[in-house]
Amino acid sequence: MKEIEINSTTLNFGPQHPAAHGVLRLIVELDGEVVERAEPHIGLLHRGTEKLIEYKTYLQAVPYFDRLDYVSPMCQEHAFALATEKLLKIDVPLRAKFIRVIFSEITRILNHLLNVPAYAADIGAVTPFLWCFEEREKLLEYHEAVSGARFHSAYFRPGGVHQDMPNGMEEKLYNHFNTFPKFIDDLEELLTNNRILRQRSVDIGILSKDEAIEWGCTGPVLRSTGIPWDLRRSQPYDSYDKVEFDVPVGKKGDCFDRYLVRIEEMRQSVKIIKQCLDQIQPGDIAIDDNKITPPKRKDMKKSMESLIHHFKLFTEGYRVPAGETYFPVEAPKGEFGVYLVSDGSNKPYRCKIRAPGFAHLQALNHLSKGHMMADIAAILGSLDIVFGEVDR
Amino acid sequence: MINSILIPGLIIIAQILAIIVPVLISVAFLVYAERKILALIQLRKGPNVVGPFGLLQSFADALKLITKENIIPSNSNKMVFLLAPIITMVLSLAGWAVIPFAPGWVVSDINVGIMYLFAISSLAVYGVIMAGWSSNSKYPFLGALRSAAQMVSYEVSIGFVIITVLLCVGSLNLTKIVEAQETVWFAIPLLPMFIVFFISALAETNRLPFDLPEDESSLVAGFTTEYSSASFVLFFLAEYASMILMSAMTVILFLGGWLPPFDVFPFNILPGIVWFILKIIFILFLFLWVRGTFPRYRYDQLMRLGWKVFLPLSLLWVVLTSGFLVIFNLVP
Repeated sequence: MKEIEINSTTLNFGPQHPAAHGVLRLIVELDGEVVERAEPHIGLLHRGTEKLIEYKTYLQAVPYFDRLDYVSPMCQEHAFALATEKLLKIDVPLRAKFIRVIFSEITRILNHLLNVPAYAADIGAVTPFLWCFEEREKLLEYHEAVSGARFHSAYFRPGGVHQDMPNGMEEKLYNHFNTFPKFIDDLEELLTNNRILRQRSVDIGILSKDEAIEWGCTGPVLRSTGIPWDLRRSQPYDSYDKVEFDVPVGKKGDCFDRYLVRIEEMRQSVKIIKQCLDQIQPGDIAIDDNKITPPKRKDMKKSMESLIHHFKLFTEGYRVPAGETYFPVEAPKGEFGVYLVSDGSNKPYRCKIRAPGFAHLQALNHLSKGHMMADIAAILGSLDIVFGEVDR
Repeated sequence: MINSILIPGLIIIAQILAIIVPVLISVAFLVYAERKILALIQLRKGPNVVGPFGLLQSFADALKLITKENIIPSNSNKMVFLLAPIITMVLSLAGWAVIPFAPGWVVSDINVGIMYLFAISSLAVYGVIMAGWSSNSKYPFLGALRSAAQMVSYEVSIGFVIITVLLCVGSLNLTKIVEAQETVWFAIPLLPMFIVFFISALAETNRLPFDLPEDESSLVAGFTTEYSSASFVLFFLAEYASMILMSAMTVILFLGGWLPPFDVFPFNILPGIVWFILKIIFILFLFLWVRGTFPRYRYDQLMRLGWKVFLPLSLLWVVLTSGFLVIFNLVP
């Protein structure tokens, strides 16, 4: 008689699985439907961004940041711009700061507008996904209006922003964000009080306060456990110290709390954008130093010096004083930090990127142990993982 | 000889065709309706290119699928693998034999019609299990396991719901069941059972929020993962045909079959068949509406709902109904 050994099922989840956001590959060990181990395999989207940046001037490095977490591009440019400015020891004009904050928050809304319905779609509700994409499209038009690109905008640059907002943009934004909370209400009506959604997400993937800190979680994942840690509040950068907003926190740290925190963050972002629009004044949008920011096109037609500046800036770039710095920003997914080392040349000696998704993905095994197979999709969705930044 | 075999045989074939052809055509338009209604819920346009208003979309899709290569996994049990979709399709069409479309419009007016329907819809689970097992792949296997558990648990509560209705009718014949609703449709006195039946019908046909066997977010395409081309088409058609069949069953059991809502002038002009179809369309619309609005249950939650909520509830109603009928001396 043949002897049969009973093994737990090992399932290869992804990288082409419909619920594996991007190119996630999970090795899932199942006992029936119960998950015993879920091991993420990374590296399928590795593009060597950090190394490539070492061979680019500081300005040329900016677009790489759009391509990390491709659903929240501007926040990452923000981190790089701020880190470079810190090394250069410069301060950008007030208008630039406000524009950056406005667009960081638009990016945050964009990110949550993708993550919240993607989470719902992982649970099985497809309708919110299409609703949110329409709203995203409207917001992406603002990206396009200022930078010419919907996603890979390369708009925040060391020294300010690339160009001023077009005429009448402030009013348009204001009107848009007056009506936007209505959309969040509609979205919540479909999801928040839905019994099935609650049954699928309450008490799923619980993360305690200590565990969240130990795993290095940040952003909504950390706040959902009840720790009010928000870099915009604890170490305000740009003009975040000039606006008032609440930091939503959860209680239990389960999937539902993470969902609620994201919904509330969208409302707070609207609040921040409106305050910025109230305070913003006409003025410069980049520092008036032609060693770092390009001269005006008009000047280049007349002034030899401007022309030389332009040429030098776009061929050689600018030299950054030797030193090192770490600058974190509160990206929609968590703490996105850039560690820059400069050796005094025009290219960074080292650029280490701290991506929040990487830390969150590590916690996946811990979170999904003992849950059902179908919960893996829910937990993955609630962690908000984008592979561009995990693999870099 | 010719008269005793050929003519009855031809009549049977004609009857089969008279049902199967309209059913398959309505499946095509149900798929179209689903896509169009979902699109409207999701603020999209839906199919609008193939034919006027995209009406021919389903036919184009079917043609595309059928002309594709039928891939049979090398590790599969080929015989069972190919048999599974055929069984599923045959079963989803066989149930139509006893459905009365209008007074007297029924292929076989057998006196155990409802039992036959119940048996046929229960057998459908075999197709799914065979598909999942014979694919020899993990996702279909898990999907089939889920499906087997799900269909069996909802069969039980559907069984009790049917018993409740039968208590009020006193016959297993579907025509009699419809005729018993002349005064009032059973959906009104047996409202909780109507709801239980509708939800169980969703589970029985693997529709959202109970589409676990084909749960896209964790099982790719469930038991159909390894299927392609014509064998996939058969599964697809069978799912929608059984959706229509379950709607027809709901209409016959609870919404008074071909009977108009009120037997007065503006309502009773329309012939019975039109009322029957209108009611089926209404139930189908509910199926689609639910799909557009709800997330999906998890496997254990679905089992809990079936065994811990629906089963006691339907059992209680069987007792209540029979008690009520006995006390007020209404037993038919």
